[in-house]
Amino acid sequence: MGRTDLRDFKKAIDESFRDFTRNYGEAIENFFDPLLYFLIWLEKLFLNSPWPIVMASIALLVYFGSKSIKLTIGALFAFLLIGYLDMWEDTMATLAIISVATIVCISVGIPIGILMARSNRTQTVVTPILDIMQTIPSFVYLIPVVMLLGIGKVPGLLAVCIYAIPPIVRLTNLGIRLVDKDVMEASEAFGASYKQKLLDVQIPLALPNIFAGVNQTIMMALSMVVIASMIGVKGLGVPVLRAISNQYLALGVMNGLAIVVLAILFDRVSQSFGKRLQAHRESGHNV
Amino acid sequence: MSDIKVSINSLYKIFGSDAASMIGLVKEGMSKSDLLEQHGHVLGLDNVNIDVKKQQIQVIMGLSGSGKSTLIRHINRLIEPTSGSIIVDGDDILSMSPAELRDFRRSKASMVFQKFGLLPHRKVIDNVAYGLSIQGINKEEALARSNKWIESVGLTGFENHYPSQLSGGMQQRVGLARALATDADILLMDEAFSALDPLIRSDMQDVLLSLQEQLHKTIIFITHDLDEALKLGDDIAILRDGAVIQSGTAEKIILHPADDYVTDFIKDINKARVLKVSSVMAKDAAIKGPEIQDNVIIEDALQTVSQSGSNGAIIVKNGKKVGTVSLTDMIMAIARSTKNTDSDTVYR
Repeated sequence: MGRTDLRDFKKAIDESFRDFTRNYGEAIENFFDPLLYFLIWLEKLFLNSPWPIVMASIALLVYFGSKSIKLTIGALFAFLLIGYLDMWEDTMATLAIISVATIVCISVGIPIGILMARSNRTQTVVTPILDIMQTIPSFVYLIPVVMLLGIGKVPGLLAVCIYAIPPIVRLTNLGIRLVDKDVMEASEAFGASYKQKLLDVQIPLALPNIFAGVNQTIMMALSMVVIASMIGVKGLGVPVLRAISNQYLALGVMNGLAIVVLAILFDRVSQSFGKRLQAHRESGHNV
Repeated sequence: MSDIKVSINSLYKIFGSDAASMIGLVKEGMSKSDLLEQHGHVLGLDNVNIDVKKQQIQVIMGLSGSGKSTLIRHINRLIEPTSGSIIVDGDDILSMSPAELRDFRRSKASMVFQKFGLLPHRKVIDNVAYGLSIQGINKEEALARSNKWIESVGLTGFENHYPSQLSGGMQQRVGLARALATDADILLMDEAFSALDPLIRSDMQDVLLSLQEQLHKTIIFITHDLDEALKLGDDIAILRDGAVIQSGTAEKIILHPADDYVTDFIKDINKARVLKVSSVMAKDAAIKGPEIQDNVIIEDALQTVSQSGSNGAIIVKNGKKVGTVSLTDMIMAIARSTKNTDSDTVYR
């Protein structure tokens, strides 16, 4: 392709997308409004509640998730330190966006994973899309997202979700496909419908994998916090970004470590919760 | 309606990408190996005709690869046949819609599997209730009915264990209770006891026989073990390379094996435990001895006769004398036949 042709080609794509943005940008923005309201509501809830109440709820959640006193005490100590070092607001904002992103990823990702497990054709179509989502540099898809939705929470949330959703989709699909064929045949032989097979057999037996997927999704969402803060998401990413541009070592390390603390907490709690759902694996000889 | 419960008529199954167009070749008599060599298709079932009588145990036996597991999966259509028909109580299974088929599987035919196929995440009681929960029966009733079946297979006390906490034999009891709990008339048992060790297997056979005395189900039992077939089967069909080579009662198969394959098959079994005195009955007035019912097996008769010290026994049926049997005849009948033992043909 000649140089002029190439320039015209790129220009054509840019312009047509710009037209698309002008025509449909608002509609798309409106479509995501409920998500925005939910995110704002959650953030306000975290920020406006008195900190002892937030602390107590975190401790309760950690305890009921993991049933581990050690982890609960560790969580309390970490959050006290975060508050003492004046990172409370940013941590709450990050917590809010991670929670919403996780909810979105689970509620979109698990159904897609189920569809993929059901048909090989869906799997062949979806797999390369997931590959692209995981490997394409985040900045590339930030361009159309920002063009469409501008700067703010929703585009940030979208960017996080695009990056974080593949593991949950993949592992749901894998988990269902790995369910023991003999058990599936038995279920079929007793006349189970598709829905009965899915709910009584496939999903329960795929839970360990699905949980590994949720866990990975949360981890990947956390790793996007800094990039998301570039397009206007509040949270721990903002001070990190400021630390990079101003070479504030302490500020960067402190906020970075706060992200690590959140990641470890999410990971341990969700893992031990997932394990406890699998009571039948604890004892005896597995077949 | 006759007393035939399940009727399998000229059933063919060919595995491969273009099975439908191969059926003609097979019907013209192409062999399994030729079909595989020339067309790359595998002949699974070759013109199988079996009539299963109501409330009887029909054993289908064959070595691995003979198509017996394929055959049993046709009866509840876990596998679609290439051609043929399967009539259960006058309804053709193969013309059922998906919904009708689900209904058939839920309430008419339940299945027990070689590898148990239990739900590992559910407790014993919930596994037994699985068929009922699929039928949509409310939880309370399902659990009550399941408890009854857990008791009858001897698992009381293990209701709240998970399958992985049980031994193989106990797991298969759960499988059996699950199949019985749906109250289906037909019980399909696919090598149900083959994964168990010999003692447990014999135990389970006794459990099945004693349950059958009360329940009178129509049972189709797959096995590769001839002793098991002889012990359980009212009727036995022997399958080889997808075709039935002989069917009939245990006695008929032992006394009149259809070909060398069957002869070879039965040469190692304990005939005294299968043959009844009626099969060696004669009318020799000179024989005196204890009275024996005509349906007593030779093993038991020998014991009675030798204890009495006589040279034979008198056979009675319904209180009337119908014939005699001599000690020598009984011993001859159970002696290992020497015919064909030195043949070059090796089947296993």
